[in-house]
Amino acid sequence: MEIIAPPIDLTGIMPMIIIAITGILVLIIDLFLKERSKNILIFISLTGVIIAARVSFSQYGGIHYSFHRTFVMDTFSVFFNLIFLLGTALTILISANYIKREEINHGEYYALILFATMGMMLMAGGSDLITIFLGLEIMSISLYILAGFRRTKKESNEAALKYFLLGAFATGFLLYGIAILYGVAGSTNLKDIAASIPGRLFDQKPLLLMGMALLIIGLGFKVASVPFHMWTPDVYEGAPTSITAFMSAGPKAAAFAVFFRIFIDSLGNMEPNWNVIIGIMAVLTMTVGNVLAIAQDNIKRMLAYSSIAHAGYILVALVAANSLGFTSVLFYMLAYTLMNMGAFAIIIILGNKGEEHLNISDYAGLGFKRPLIAFAMSVFMFSMAGIPPMAGFIGKFYIFSAAIKAGYIGLAIIGVINSVISVFYYLRITVIMYMREPVREFNPISLSPLIILALIISVWGTLHLGILPGTIIEFARKSTFAFF
Amino acid sequence: MLNYIWLIPLFPLIGFLINGFFGKRISKNTVGYIACGAVGLSFIVAVLSFISLLQLTPEHRVFEKILYTWIDSGSFRAEVGFQLDPLSAIMILVVSGVGFVIHIYSTGYMHDDEGYPRYFSYLNLFTFSMLLLVLANNFLLMFIGWEGVGLCSYLLIGFWFEKKSASDAGKKAFVVNRIGDFGFILAIMLIFVTFGTIDFTEVFHAASDKSHMGIITTTTFTAITLLLFVGAVGKSAQIPLYTWLPDAMEGPTPVSALIHAATMVTAGVYMVARCNILYMLAPISMTVVAGVGAATAIYAASIGLVQNDIKRVLAYSTVSQLGYMFLACGVGAFTAGIFHLMTHAFFKACLFLGSGSVIHAMGGEQDMRKMGGLRAHMPRTYWTFVIASLAIAGIPPFAGFFSKDEILWKALTQGNILLWGIGALAAFMTAFYMFRLIFMTFWGESRVEEEVAKHLHESPGNMTFPLIILAFLSIIGGFVGIPLIKGWNKIDEFLSPVFGGHGAGEAVHHSVSLELGMMMVSIVIALAGIFLAYRMYIIAPGIPERLTERHQIAYRVILNKYYIDEIYDALIVRPIKNGANFLWKGFDVVVVDGTVNGAAYLVEQWSKVMRVIQSGYVRNYAFSMIIGLVIIFLFFM
Repeated sequence: MEIIAPPIDLTGIMPMIIIAITGILVLIIDLFLKERSKNILIFISLTGVIIAARVSFSQYGGIHYSFHRTFVMDTFSVFFNLIFLLGTALTILISANYIKREEINHGEYYALILFATMGMMLMAGGSDLITIFLGLEIMSISLYILAGFRRTKKESNEAALKYFLLGAFATGFLLYGIAILYGVAGSTNLKDIAASIPGRLFDQKPLLLMGMALLIIGLGFKVASVPFHMWTPDVYEGAPTSITAFMSAGPKAAAFAVFFRIFIDSLGNMEPNWNVIIGIMAVLTMTVGNVLAIAQDNIKRMLAYSSIAHAGYILVALVAANSLGFTSVLFYMLAYTLMNMGAFAIIIILGNKGEEHLNISDYAGLGFKRPLIAFAMSVFMFSMAGIPPMAGFIGKFYIFSAAIKAGYIGLAIIGVINSVISVFYYLRITVIMYMREPVREFNPISLSPLIILALIISVWGTLHLGILPGTIIEFARKSTFAFF
Repeated sequence: MLNYIWLIPLFPLIGFLINGFFGKRISKNTVGYIACGAVGLSFIVAVLSFISLLQLTPEHRVFEKILYTWIDSGSFRAEVGFQLDPLSAIMILVVSGVGFVIHIYSTGYMHDDEGYPRYFSYLNLFTFSMLLLVLANNFLLMFIGWEGVGLCSYLLIGFWFEKKSASDAGKKAFVVNRIGDFGFILAIMLIFVTFGTIDFTEVFHAASDKSHMGIITTTTFTAITLLLFVGAVGKSAQIPLYTWLPDAMEGPTPVSALIHAATMVTAGVYMVARCNILYMLAPISMTVVAGVGAATAIYAASIGLVQNDIKRVLAYSTVSQLGYMFLACGVGAFTAGIFHLMTHAFFKACLFLGSGSVIHAMGGEQDMRKMGGLRAHMPRTYWTFVIASLAIAGIPPFAGFFSKDEILWKALTQGNILLWGIGALAAFMTAFYMFRLIFMTFWGESRVEEEVAKHLHESPGNMTFPLIILAFLSIIGGFVGIPLIKGWNKIDEFLSPVFGGHGAGEAVHHSVSLELGMMMVSIVIALAGIFLAYRMYIIAPGIPERLTERHQIAYRVILNKYYIDEIYDALIVRPIKNGANFLWKGFDVVVVDGTVNGAAYLVEQWSKVMRVIQSGYVRNYAFSMIIGLVIIFLFFM
């Protein structure tokens, strides 16, 4: 018997390799570093991220399969890679001071973030259910640890354990779904599944539907859609703030990338079967997220519910399932990463050691005491509320246009009503900042050059995407050519 | 000059940036000069552009200046571009002109306020947004301006945010306006999907072409225009979304004059007029616009009859006059609507500023029952106020007479007798409540408290000068639209390219004698209203009391604004309180007022539900996932 070594083609996974090597380097170098020289790790991680982004960007255009068609590098995955890397870079920037303040300045912190990022990239590029599952687990396990990184804090431990237990539960569903699909289609490759579905729809439809339902649950958990969202507020609240920021951007985008790729590429033929259920989930997710966000006094919890609501808007675009919808999602994920990271950066800035000042009333009077920070926060809040000329407005406009174009006018109306509701709680932050007397001192404020850089990037990005969105939208539109 | 129209919104933007960022570091005088100067420069450029526009032949009076392409992706394209045509020319003149006068007035009115730089930066930002709104060449850019003025309105209503009522009023205005915006944004999406473009010129061309060929059905046009109208109803405070405007009087008085009388609230009328081609293709929408306008006109006027707060009378009067403008648009007389918009900007700004002058002299008192006899103390305020009141009441030759008479005439000839009757009755009420206001405030015995009476004084020059300018405009503003004599109705001629043939309503020819007769009727109606007020408040001051005693129920109902706030409460807040959470979702579009007031109850209810569901127990969370699973499985079976 002759064994033929398969040709190994590493070009597709080059950015992942860079990120992985950076992560390992960070781990090793950390062993030789003294406490005060740990800033080198930030530098190494950022360099790795930037190189990976550069390599990834140069790969834009065309479709390139590798590893027996289990991994694909197309415009879609590259765009998502860039979103992940942006999220990771911003997370590293806002973490530096925070983890020193909270005394969790260990090298593993950066390494785990990098490994999680690698997992996301594997998810976005996975063209086989197994690769996707692998990426998902690499990402999730890193996140479980990161959520519990403040080992001495009770809430942090609680968050990690809850996230892990429920995450494992959801993984079970996902894996079961994959198994059933494999059973029906005889393959785990997304394209092969798609090809076999028309033949199986006749006799094995119940099994197919069951597999699909299980996938919806597994992925619904990762994107935090109702009713699989319950973990989000607790985990977001308990996790270190910088990790909450990280979790709400990249991993969510990665889960959506998978959601979109599987449901359009593989299960596209079954759209009439899944669009209603996902439409209902979208409505529930938007509504529950927005309404419950109104009730929150803790700003991290409020942003947790707000992130649930945003997931709902993106599901609307999935239901629309047209090129405009995908463009809007890519744009929206980018905008959301920027504005959300920015908001969390401000939460970090306003906290002190031991006292995080997470109550919304702690923001009273910020507008008078720290006008620039308050201005940045208002930009993020207005953007999330979808008020022009911020990025969030353009994103929402595109999503709802896509829904109307696909004929889901009701869904668009519900979405717009929801964004009206959301104005209430985003605006409340602005009102409190500018229209209430301060209840506390805002000194000292932990401003480091790194976090200022993160803030500048996010404010600039949020405004730029709102005022001059042309190039990015065009870029996003080209990135959907992988599907349409 | 036309190539420089982008300067018009640019100046206030620069003013906003300077005052917004450095306002606290420079002297008060400099802040005032920058703010007024910015708007003044805008006004000069606007006038010059207007003159250049006049030099073109009427059919070429559309000029587009595209600054840059904002979004260009696939089939979707939006530009940042400005469009100057007769309609937007009139709007920029009104906005920058009246805006300039009010800026000057504000330097006097706000002189001792701590937030002086903040006030002027907001006011400049408002002017910028409003100019953007009227100059935009596409729906999306117009929407940006639309949101911008909403934001500024919110910031300025809540300007004295230490007062809880002020910050509440600001929030109410913002949320109610967002309800309107929701209709507007849906309309834009529908327009994009239907026409594949959002550019005004292209949409309107495509609309008339495609409807002729039958490609786009009347239903689509009706949907688009009704959604647009939802936006207009919110912004222009029509039934049922008018409740925010009276509360908006919590803001400084010059703000009420500029935003809540002369400019922002008329944005809805402007938008409907701008989309006249779409509306003409949707007869149902036209009927709705006319109906809502007429209903609002009479409804708000009737509330104005019994209010005792000087600014509230004017606020309800504004709602009522906006109703007139929509009535005009609804019967297809867009020119008359825009004409009234313009004259209304003059006399209503004058009235508000006059009331501001009175409030200033009275040390903040707004209750007319504590005024009286002010005529002797503040002659300039008094006389300008009388002129503006004569204008709004519709006495010739003041501005309001021509525009209001035009609307009533068109309501009769192009609408029906019912619409005319409502309009005429509202005109009677208008004359009555305006002169009731004058008699209670300026005439009769002084009811001023002694402490206040000592300080009574005429306002300083920078406040009375704007009053005189506006009063002058209230006298001559109507002469641009003199009916009957051929060639004297300049505004009609000027606007006719925008409104095609239909704006003027040439279709129906009635005899000159009928039109003259109707003119006499409206004059008689106005005089009757004034006389009734004179009789009730000067000759026999006992009448109002006897009347209220005899008709207690009716009086109470009107005094309490038909209990609409209470009805909204009962319809919305109570059911929520009773735990019927699902009800509010269906209702909040219709009557958001309850949501604003009921937010506290809402939060309470939801947190109760939350405590049960968001228990913190992992097992409950897992259970929720299982429920989701079961539901999805059931759905697939």
